[in-house]
Amino acid sequence: MALETAEKVATTDDAAPAVSFATDPTRYAHWHLSIDGVVATLTMDVDEHLGLRPGYAMKLNSYDLGVDIELHDAVQRLRFEHPEVACVIITSAKDRCFSAGANIGMLAQATHPWKVNFCKFTNETRLEIEDATANSGQTYIAAVNGAAAGGGYELALACDEILLIDDGSSAVSLPELPLLAVLPATGGLTRLGDKRHVRRDLADVFVTKSEGVKAPTALRWGLVDAAIARGQFDESVSARAASIAAQRSRPKAAPGVVLEPLAVSFGKDGIAYDHVSAVLDRSAGVVTLTIAGPADEAPNDAHEARSLGCKFWPLAVARELDDLILNLRTNELTLGTWVIRTAGDMRGVLDHDRFMLEHRETDWFVNEVELLVKRVLKRLDVTSRSLLASIEPGSCFGGLLLELALVCDEQFMLDGRMEDDERSAVIVVTESNLGVYPMGNALSRLESRFFGRASELDAVRVAVGDPLDAAAASELGLVTVIPDAIDWEDELRIALEQRTSFSPDALTAMEASLRFVGPETMESKIFGRLTAWQNWIFSRPNAIGPAGALRRYGSGQRAELSRERV
Amino acid sequence: MSLNADYTDRIPNNVDLRGDRRLQRALEAWQPRFMQWWRDLGPDLIARDVYLRTAISADRDGWAHFGHLPLEEYRWGIFLADREPDRRIPFGEHMGTEAWQQVPGEYRADLQRLLVVQGDTEPASVEQQRLLGFTAPSLYDLRNLFQVNVEEGRHLWAMVYLLHAFFGREGREQAEELLMRHSGSVDAPRILGAFNEPTRDWLAFFMFTYFTDRDGKFQLGTLAESGFDPLSRTCRFMLREEAHHMMVGTTGIDRVVRRTADLMREHDTDDIKRYGGIPLDIVQRYLNFHYSVSLDLFGGERSTNVANYFTAGLKGRWQEERRGDDHRLTDATAVVDVVVGGRIEQTAIPALTALNQDLRSEYFTDCNHGVRRWNRILEEAGVDQKLSLPHHGFNRRVGAFAGSSVTPGGALVDADAWARQQAEWLPTADDFDYVHSLMKPVFEPGRMAAWIAPPATGINGQPVDYEYVHLT
Repeated sequence: MALETAEKVATTDDAAPAVSFATDPTRYAHWHLSIDGVVATLTMDVDEHLGLRPGYAMKLNSYDLGVDIELHDAVQRLRFEHPEVACVIITSAKDRCFSAGANIGMLAQATHPWKVNFCKFTNETRLEIEDATANSGQTYIAAVNGAAAGGGYELALACDEILLIDDGSSAVSLPELPLLAVLPATGGLTRLGDKRHVRRDLADVFVTKSEGVKAPTALRWGLVDAAIARGQFDESVSARAASIAAQRSRPKAAPGVVLEPLAVSFGKDGIAYDHVSAVLDRSAGVVTLTIAGPADEAPNDAHEARSLGCKFWPLAVARELDDLILNLRTNELTLGTWVIRTAGDMRGVLDHDRFMLEHRETDWFVNEVELLVKRVLKRLDVTSRSLLASIEPGSCFGGLLLELALVCDEQFMLDGRMEDDERSAVIVVTESNLGVYPMGNALSRLESRFFGRASELDAVRVAVGDPLDAAAASELGLVTVIPDAIDWEDELRIALEQRTSFSPDALTAMEASLRFVGPETMESKIFGRLTAWQNWIFSRPNAIGPAGALRRYGSGQRAELSRERV
Repeated sequence: MSLNADYTDRIPNNVDLRGDRRLQRALEAWQPRFMQWWRDLGPDLIARDVYLRTAISADRDGWAHFGHLPLEEYRWGIFLADREPDRRIPFGEHMGTEAWQQVPGEYRADLQRLLVVQGDTEPASVEQQRLLGFTAPSLYDLRNLFQVNVEEGRHLWAMVYLLHAFFGREGREQAEELLMRHSGSVDAPRILGAFNEPTRDWLAFFMFTYFTDRDGKFQLGTLAESGFDPLSRTCRFMLREEAHHMMVGTTGIDRVVRRTADLMREHDTDDIKRYGGIPLDIVQRYLNFHYSVSLDLFGGERSTNVANYFTAGLKGRWQEERRGDDHRLTDATAVVDVVVGGRIEQTAIPALTALNQDLRSEYFTDCNHGVRRWNRILEEAGVDQKLSLPHHGFNRRVGAFAGSSVTPGGALVDADAWARQQAEWLPTADDFDYVHSLMKPVFEPGRMAAWIAPPATGINGQPVDYEYVHLT
């Protein structure tokens, strides 16, 4: 595998991706973001004519990927640009309608991969909302001022509190099963029990009752936290938001850090950001991602980091990598194997890593960057691509960047030196790898790797801070294969050729199963159990056959369901 | 099942309520709540008694009898049209199978929703009209208002009966909520927006009974086709009562137009305000408003819900059995309007999803009869001007034209141009003030307010100057 750097990626302007995740509040078509002191309000106001694809109208605040891309952007921006905000209200601008959930016309016409990708991204965004509430001091509450159906109610479920209008008609519902023969799979089924502790039998009634339940029952069953008369609704929501904000400890006066647009160029065979680049080998079905280490010294103090803003290396890398993952995941379905490389000065990486560890608990900005890095790594964990780490001389897998190698399904590390190169490959374990960036199963990647092997994990702990060459890393179980210079190219080539010859479906299922060992969390259940079941349903004739419920939806003809239980 | 109402029961009915103790108890428990609602939100003007028609049996000849009685003593009851032996479901995928006498579990939620939405409009209109009695233009009109009100109340009973009899505990809860929501209430408004505005004057009342109640007639007509037989029979009986409400609207506008035409001819001027009449342009603006908001009640041009209801056999088309097609429509298409790139165009969509449009075009034809009738009155009076229905895209908030600015003539214009001309097309604050200034009660038998002509005949063969209402 030849070394390639970001500069080598040929780029042209006409190769822009089919779906872009870049936006900002001035460009939102479906949301209004307003900020009043410590309380922000995100108002959903979907423009039914501005779907991402033609062929469906997004009535009643139903949504598609485009709507969720804006929500993702808003949640992200609020954390960085508005540290003063301590409570975020999600509500609707529509009359008597909060949200009707994912647009069914869109789902009906979508390909299977599109549906799966869409659900994955919406799930990630719901979890970002919960992460902001849990770790950023920004508590989300849902002001459900009208009917909330399906994904609409699931969006509310992602909030810390759900305040439902009690007007004698507005209901919350999860009608997917009775109406569409699919699941409420943006976490709805999981959160009912795991988060809101709704009794199982009542949850069963709820998800089989297409019309849902109105405020008094919803409150009694634990589906919402408050039922508020229409006349008092706005006032009560504001009061609740103010009271929540008063309890949170956000740095009220701190100026925010503006997330400037990413500089990115797209070429036929590559995508290049400032620190991150991707070379697309379409004939091989392989993408090589290269993450560059920092060019500058780590800041001296948190103030300096904040003034660097979005140029602060860990933040810049995380944003670029996040955008790249989303781009590749959405727009490059046949590139099924990603090789992850790093290139740069290990010392600079470790300095930044140390800086992050030193300030993570005392500075809101460093905390936010760390949380973003955590989320980007999690996005990789649930990405349905084979991930291989290529650890070569000149790479800088240390601390937070070592996590990128640990995300991978297998790690290849060069043993010894390449011809004409004095350097050898090393990795460095730091405190960052011991729990700072947990996976969705709440374990660190090292804990997952050495699950049930405490002594091996202890041995790694002892090696914190040491530069580990291939032999040492292999000895500690941190890498999979350590070819020498003679075998390196061939080993990697054969591994890639073999990998890309397997069934992509089987690989996706196998990798997702192996990546998450040990305990379940709400998050792992959403991406594991719930998503797997939903994706199975999404490929079954009862949902997507010519007479299936999704395909027939909107035609007025009833679905023909096979009565066979599988 | 007896066709004659059993008036020895507390709740008159032809559904053998005595034979179903559970249902009888449930409805007897609901009855005092209904009466409380009537006292709280029914007509504010209290009359000693009113010359009312009361249903006593459901057969063609003697389904109503007339007599003076206090409104509160009106016998709200439960009447279904006769059961047709061996009735079959006339459309949809269950076409030809026996009509359901019980709610199929699969369609419980949909049927319940249909009943609740229909049921919610009935008491809503009573609430909207509660103050009108104080400004009635004659005792004859006051009586008609009360008749409409008590029958809307009875229509509520009809829906409540179905909810109680067939939808279990949840049906009873929904029946309760029909009395909890109130027109215009901040905390619990009626379900459909149009039913949350008060009926501000008698011209609006006539327009409402002509245009908005006519939407009700067409909705009931589609439910009368339902494969759920008790709903079908209920709606067939309600349609007979609804016909009277239409009559009140039709003849009410007749009389306004006649009076206006007479004043125009007599004084040879369009400006008849000084003679206490309602100028024709105000009538046209009221008509424009009520027609356009009533069109919205039919829903969007494309509707999945209505398609599902049809396929399921829950809600048919107007006069389904007279249609010459296959009554399934699985392969049929229909043409609907769309606004594309600043132009009104037509596009073909599956006929099943275009059923709102189908019903709306039946409604349009029916509304046009009235307009022709009023124009005949104008013509006979020697007045050149004519009334007309605005284009179906005018002033719409629902469907293909929502968000577009369409003139009454059907031209698509920009929003600013539309706003500049709005005062020519929709009632203005001045119009409302002027009509409001005419709203003075006339309670002397046989006399009419100056803005309306007397009716051609009285009620049930009684003379026009009959004392239809005893106020004290």
